[in-house]
Amino acid sequence: MSPLLQGMVTILIGVGGCVGYFYAANLLLDRVIFPPSGRDPGRNISRANAVRPWLFLAPAMAALGLYLVYPVVGSFWRSLYNRDGGSFIGLGNYTDLAADPAFRTALFNNLLWVLVVPAASTFLGLIAAQLTDRIRWGNIAKSMIFMPMAISFVGASLIWKFVYANEADIGLINAIRAGLGFQDPIDVIQIPFWNTFFLMAILIWIQTGFAMVILSAALRGIPDETIEAAILDGANPFQIFFRVMVPQITGTIVVVWTTITILVLKVFDIVYTMTGGNFGTQILPSYMMSYMFKDDGRATAVAFVIMLIVLPVMVWNILQARKEMR
Amino acid sequence: MAGLTLSGVGKSYGAVEVLKGIDLEIETGELVVFVGPSGCGKSTLLRMIAGLERITAGTLTIDGVRVNDVPPAQRGIAMVFQSYALYPHMSVRDNMAFALKIAGRSRDEIDAAVTRAARRLQLEPYLDRLPKALSGGQRQRVAIGRAIVRDPKVYLFDEPLSNLDAALRVATRIEIAQLKEAMPDSTMIYVTHDQVEAMTLASRIVVLADKGVAQVGPPLELYEKPRSEFVAQFIGSPAMNLLEGAISGTGETTEVRLAAGGGTIASKVPTEPGDKGRKVRVGIRPEDMEATDGEDYAFEGRVEILEALGEVTQLYFERADPEADPVIAKLAGVHAGLRGKTLRMTADPGRVHLFAGGRSLLWR
Repeated sequence: MSPLLQGMVTILIGVGGCVGYFYAANLLLDRVIFPPSGRDPGRNISRANAVRPWLFLAPAMAALGLYLVYPVVGSFWRSLYNRDGGSFIGLGNYTDLAADPAFRTALFNNLLWVLVVPAASTFLGLIAAQLTDRIRWGNIAKSMIFMPMAISFVGASLIWKFVYANEADIGLINAIRAGLGFQDPIDVIQIPFWNTFFLMAILIWIQTGFAMVILSAALRGIPDETIEAAILDGANPFQIFFRVMVPQITGTIVVVWTTITILVLKVFDIVYTMTGGNFGTQILPSYMMSYMFKDDGRATAVAFVIMLIVLPVMVWNILQARKEMR
Repeated sequence: MAGLTLSGVGKSYGAVEVLKGIDLEIETGELVVFVGPSGCGKSTLLRMIAGLERITAGTLTIDGVRVNDVPPAQRGIAMVFQSYALYPHMSVRDNMAFALKIAGRSRDEIDAAVTRAARRLQLEPYLDRLPKALSGGQRQRVAIGRAIVRDPKVYLFDEPLSNLDAALRVATRIEIAQLKEAMPDSTMIYVTHDQVEAMTLASRIVVLADKGVAQVGPPLELYEKPRSEFVAQFIGSPAMNLLEGAISGTGETTEVRLAAGGGTIASKVPTEPGDKGRKVRVGIRPEDMEATDGEDYAFEGRVEILEALGEVTQLYFERADPEADPVIAKLAGVHAGLRGKTLRMTADPGRVHLFAGGRSLLWR
């Protein structure tokens, strides 16, 4: 079977299965288990209605339990065992992590990523949203900025490998350098410390589009009158933007910011593809990958550390998002 | 010198003209109300004065200075929006202080101005609250306070009471009237679709219709001497009754024979001998209609619907032509038994208007 056909069959089975499940489950509930007949039909109807939500929730709960709750518990349990899972070593993996300088480098780099990427993406997205809002070719510009969102992290990394390539004929950076008269090409992803920022640029490039789309919608939701009132109050465009518009969408900005933060803590592909964690660019997810299948105990311990770091950001994100919806 | 003049002012969006040839002189200290049907451009005109819409034709001057191309903030105007347009993230104090902060005034100056405005509008207890913690009436007072703080030459109000409930609307209307009285030197321009607001607040009313000014004058002049059928029907509620007829007698007092019903009615609107036989429409306000037994009457008909409001009774007459506008009479007091009765209605000759071709014969 061709992959295309395979995909279509999968979609058909998936969607058809969902529809079929809800239809059949409802039918079973209403006709067989609690039919609206017999001695007390009213009670049967209310019983059926009490059961129905659980019926609808059941598949989702089963899937979440199987693919989220069980892995969390299982991972934690695995992280308490040694390399091959043969013997229980308690928190041994965690103490080893704390003692490993490579882990500390990854933690420090990850901190940089968390500080820079969400801030830069959100800020650039906000500026892009505002600047593209009122111009004729704004929508074209928006599509261009949004397009990287559609590229996988690995794909994006490959594109940027060309940008950073260590040869003036291929690499954009070195081509510009050559154009400016510099002789020898440089390998930007080997420059210590700064190379981390060059890797961040890839994720910023991808995430700016996301931030722009969400913030653009938020900016459009601001009542025009408040902006007109600010014009009458004598505010210049910068004051209007930063003192009247941005404060009105802080909630959305926080949601975008935290969403990107959570993503940053999970992305390993870019580092993995670009440097494989070499040249001091390691971050936690790629550090975890480097131990996977070699020392699953330690890899799951790293996974757990990442989860603990993401959790508070996630909680805040959800709280903010809920507040926005109200 | 006029506080604000518009000469030949017009507005078009591309090829679509929404306002044209508007000439208006507004004296310092006046409260002018713009009224008109929905979409007549009254809010657009106000926004053009504010500088939020570009003026595409004509000249606007404030205090004798042409301000067509002057940025809104430097025109010496302040505007109160229908939706209040408060900055939701700022406290009441900051909302009122914003313009002065932008203008770079000293802190003492700002504090003094805000405190003064807050005291005048009884907003002192709420200065540190956010707008969302205020009621609609309080929010509107903050919006007015924001205007006062700037001490503008001209205040612009864009339907400021439309978002308030009926009781609050009356209270706030009176507050605005008092505010005007306390600031006799400020000019105010007020847009509304509410006749009561227009009649009670205005020193002059500007009726806008058909891209231009239909009539300008003190409220009662518009009520008593409308220049056109449009103004006659727009001012007053229910709208003025219009009945077809032809002039049968001319002079100081004009006699009109009505097309339907065959009655004759006198009007104090003078006509010339040449007008004899001219087709006119007789305008009588519902509140000027009175029942009569005589042979001179404007309308005869059966009462189809009767609305007893206690203070007045409104009678809706059956019309032979169902397409015709209803004829309505508004009688003082209670008249419960009139439903289904056939009545002859007439009016005092001094209160009978005559229109030809839509224009009043009084103003030709």
